[in-house]
Amino acid sequence: MNVFKSILVLAFAFLAVFGEATLSAPRTWLGAQIDLLPALMVYAALNTGLSTVATLAVFGGVWFDTLSENPLGISILPLFLVGWLIQFRRDLILRDLTFAQFVLGTAASGLVPLLALLMMLSSGKELLLGWGSLWQWLVMTAAGGVATPFIFRVIDWFNRRLGYAERVESSFRLDREIRRGRQ
Amino acid sequence: MFKQKNYVALGAVFLVAVVLLSLPTRATARLKLAIGSWFLPLFGLASAGQQLPADLADNLLPRRELLKEVNDLRRENQQLKSQAVQTETIRRENDQLRALFYLQRQSPWHLKLANVIMRDPANWWRTVRIDRGSMQGLTNNLPVLSADGCLIGRISSVGLTDSQVVLIGDHSCRVSALVENGARDMGVITASDPLDTSLVELAYLASNVNLKPNQTVVTSGLGGIFPRGIPIGRIADFRPVEYGLYTEARIKLDANLGSLEQVWVLFQ
Repeated sequence: MNVFKSILVLAFAFLAVFGEATLSAPRTWLGAQIDLLPALMVYAALNTGLSTVATLAVFGGVWFDTLSENPLGISILPLFLVGWLIQFRRDLILRDLTFAQFVLGTAASGLVPLLALLMMLSSGKELLLGWGSLWQWLVMTAAGGVATPFIFRVIDWFNRRLGYAERVESSFRLDREIRRGRQ
Repeated sequence: MFKQKNYVALGAVFLVAVVLLSLPTRATARLKLAIGSWFLPLFGLASAGQQLPADLADNLLPRRELLKEVNDLRRENQQLKSQAVQTETIRRENDQLRALFYLQRQSPWHLKLANVIMRDPANWWRTVRIDRGSMQGLTNNLPVLSADGCLIGRISSVGLTDSQVVLIGDHSCRVSALVENGARDMGVITASDPLDTSLVELAYLASNVNLKPNQTVVTSGLGGIFPRGIPIGRIADFRPVEYGLYTEARIKLDANLGSLEQVWVLFQ
């Protein structure tokens, strides 16, 4: 597995959380802040190993909860659950298709905030919810879906430019060559 | 083997989440402050980046416009000075009258300016973080005002160099407020619609209130956190609730919570 890709995913998660906390344009224009962590989780689940999925869930979730009023650690499980499910069945997913990335990103971006809300409501937290929340959820879901194919392309581009190519071992060895004929 | 590895990872992440969620409140707050400090260099860079276009624009302003602005500011300063002299006379008179009636002397407000460095990334909370902390003397529950002096919330947690402000309209920032009408009707400002940050609910008003749109709403001073008389907003509309037992009004806030850049922290 390419470690650089995992580092890249974590760096993007850090920047995504920072951007969500500082950029107020989506909130002003669309009425909701967009969360890019589920889209990153889709990328991690399809292109990296389980350890990266787990690390992204723990660090991404903790970073998000730190800058938010959320209880610390509440975002870890929803993120990991989504990544784990995709990772579990990733052999059956056509990961290079933009449509597949969009569908998975939409599903993840819709599911993660719902699970987090469910966990917080069941622990007795008083959240700012109303009919407007439905619009916010739709915006988060749609924007997450649209962002996922872009995230795939951007991280792959960075990986190609800055990362290293994995060494492919050839099965041919000079010392094991069978020499035929008389010498 | 692959499946087993999967379940081990699920168990490990579940354990980390449970441990973090079951930490005591103080430990969680400290952990949040420690991890939040990782973002401080980025916040510094972002604010410098935001300041750069403004600085460039200042450098490009023509001299004539600058001189005009200086003259306007001088005039405004003179007006404010004369108002301050008047206010000082009224304050002294107020103190003398209070002394005559054996009333407690009112302590003046002290304000400290702070910059808003981030907003809550989650849509279900209404909080912001400011760049002043315990090193600058901030403590929990200090009232926070907008740049033009309207109530926006209170400090909910304090770090060394930054603090979290819970904004009005969030469930954890309830404010006792009164309507500036003849009866001085009192109610409690509660949560609002998550989409519209300009409106909040004023609940628990009596059923026979004498409300009219555009009446001013200020803090009542009850509750011990917010001093009396800080402007909050104006009545937008009202309706009876609970079969006419109470009245609920919607308040159009004076402060624009969606575009806060600088705020005042109020010390008494």
